[in-house]
Amino acid sequence: SKTKQGITGKIENLVKSYQKIDEELFEELEEILITADLGVDTTMEVIDDLRDRIKKEKITDPNMIKELLKDKLASILDEFSEGEILNVEPSPAILLVVGVNGVGKTTSIGKIAHKLKKQGKKVVLAAGDTFRAAAADQLQIWGDRVGVDVIQHQEGSDPAAVIFDGIQAAKARKADVLICDTAGRLHNKKNLMNELGKIDKIVEREYSEATREVLLVLDATTGQNAIQQAKVFKEVTDITGLVLTKLDGTAKGGVVIAISRELQIPVKLIGVGEKMEDLQEFNSQAFVAALFGEE
Amino acid sequence: MVFEGLAEKLQNTLSKLKGKGKVSEKDVAEAMREVKLALLEADVNFKVVKDFINKVKERAVGSDVLESLTPGQQIIKIVNEELTALMGTTQSKLTFASKPPTIIMMVGLQGAGKTTTSGKLAKMLKKQGKRPLLVAGDIYRPAAIKQLQVVGGQVDVPVFTLGDQTSPVEIAKAALEHANKNGNDVMLVDTAGRLHIDEALMEELQNIKSAIKPHEILLVVDSMTGQDAVNVAQHFNDQLGVDGVILTKLDGDTRGGAALSVRAVTNKPIKFAALGEKLDDLEPFHPDRMASRILGMGDVLSLIEKA
Ligand SMILES: Nc1nc2c(ncn2[C@@H]2O[C@H](COP(=O)(O)OP(=O)(O)OP(=O)(O)O)[C@@H](O)[C@H]2O)c(=O)[nH]1
Ligand SMILES: Nc1nc2c(ncn2[C@@H]2O[C@H](COP(=O)(O)OP(=O)(O)OP(=O)(O)O)[C@@H](O)[C@H]2O)c(=O)[nH]1
Ligand SMILES: [Mg+2]
Ligand SMILES: [Mg+2]
Repeated sequence: SKTKQGITGKIENLVKSYQKIDEELFEELEEILITADLGVDTTMEVIDDLRDRIKKEKITDPNMIKELLKDKLASILDEFSEGEILNVEPSPAILLVVGVNGVGKTTSIGKIAHKLKKQGKKVVLAAGDTFRAAAADQLQIWGDRVGVDVIQHQEGSDPAAVIFDGIQAAKARKADVLICDTAGRLHNKKNLMNELGKIDKIVEREYSEATREVLLVLDATTGQNAIQQAKVFKEVTDITGLVLTKLDGTAKGGVVIAISRELQIPVKLIGVGEKMEDLQEFNSQAFVAALFGEE
Repeated sequence: MVFEGLAEKLQNTLSKLKGKGKVSEKDVAEAMREVKLALLEADVNFKVVKDFINKVKERAVGSDVLESLTPGQQIIKIVNEELTALMGTTQSKLTFASKPPTIIMMVGLQGAGKTTTSGKLAKMLKKQGKRPLLVAGDIYRPAAIKQLQVVGGQVDVPVFTLGDQTSPVEIAKAALEHANKNGNDVMLVDTAGRLHIDEALMEELQNIKSAIKPHEILLVVDSMTGQDAVNVAQHFNDQLGVDGVILTKLDGDTRGGAALSVRAVTNKPIKFAALGEKLDDLEPFHPDRMASRILGMGDVLSLIEKA
């Protein structure tokens, strides 16, 4: 069994050990948020905000703090993520999945395909990662598992050409959704990032009628670098949503709060395991509750 | 990045005071706050940061920093020295068995870079005149075996597999037999990525360990990891015993504070740094470079030299 250890315990101990709300208490709260990967800036802002509100509303009971904090965090997320679901209507739609290496792009694609297929949609996958060893084989296995077609070329071929073929196949087979895998790329690699621009052009030219969604996959284990990832990917391509993976671990993925605040990109889906069903729609309340160790 | 100029910031904070003569303890505390923020922003674990700051503070206050004409540089120097010391010395050596084969086991979270790094190590060892064998011990991830086979093919190192229907423990045992028979003097066992809290899969690693008694269990850690790096490292080390760490994806622009966290928790050497997807992209780990990187002060040494 998997044990979860949140910050609830810590907060509860904390409020119990304080008779009144003072600077020391704020300092400890600061630590708790930092430990959840919110980052320094976001933590400071959240704490300042909390401090203001406590002053304004003349709150003196330390027990109130947790709810106030949860409120604040959820509201940052809600501003951009509330009710945001995968945008695949009207058909046809094309979903481009991008991100740095090993975050869970290919796995998430398998899960999304499964989800969409269950909704009665016809899905086609395109193996746009022609670089990593056996990347297409991996996607093919997912395609077989889910029961959807996979368009692939040989290793080393041009990814844009795979996407091109994927689009033609999606049209010919009257697919509702084409999901394109791409190779993991670090955002600081100019040439690899430019490749995404090339893929965008193909989509624009060949499938302009399609509803377009570009998902950036982030690993919840990642620290502050995720902000940089989101920033740069957003500059290069039109990111429409985030997928936060590996939330079944002990990392809380608090960095998405910072991303939401700074970049206004909604979190749409979360990955909570390696199986086909381990994908959930994002819910800010549940996410913040998990951040506090509540299931 | 926000903390690109920690060195500069410290300079500014402290040089303002130069004219006033001595730097006080309070000024040092102010400088320490900057250092603390920089480390947190670099994803160094909170507790590790606290301990570190206390140590540096003690040394700074106890030394002649306060009297110095260039307190900024002095503090940077101390920070850098302490950080480098914490990061360990250069120990990019692998332990080889007196009686081959040397058994190396790669472990870590999902997607950290185990399979790729196994290929890189195989290549490096081959260059050193060894006859490595790659062992496909990941039976779970789709196409994991194929991935290792492709990587093995690229570096021209044989890959041992029994497919994905045999348990990893049995695979490891059979691989050892195979290595003995075929004169492979190093055996690199790739394992499936797993969460440190997944008890069943952690037990599987323990079983592999007792079956083949590896000489090196290497924990592969993504350098972009955040605050949770300490939990991961602690669990793997407690439950399995880790002999060394490999930091991957350092070709990115992460500060890589996880390095410090993992090191502080396990006290095991970081042996290699992986800097790319290609199979040559593996280097010995340089503690001093990592220290500067975490602090965001590539030019720290030149700054100090100017002082
Ligand atoms: N525990 C857990 N593991 C996951 C999750 N999503 C993906 N993984 C695992 O993470 C590893 C990497 O996943 P991939 O889907 O191959 O990641 P990727 O982004 O396509 O990787 P590259 O194509 O190499 O850049 C695999 O072992 C997956 O099983 C998740 O939500 N939870
Ligand atoms: N940029 C960069 N990418 C790397 C590095 N090391 C590995 N990768 C990439 O990271 C991704 C994951 O690497 P793998 O070797 O498959 O990771 P793994 O730990 O075996 O993954 P699982 O078996 O799914 O747990 C792949 O896209 C690799 O090409 C590195 O040093 N730099
Ligand atoms: Mg992939
Ligand atoms: Mg692997």
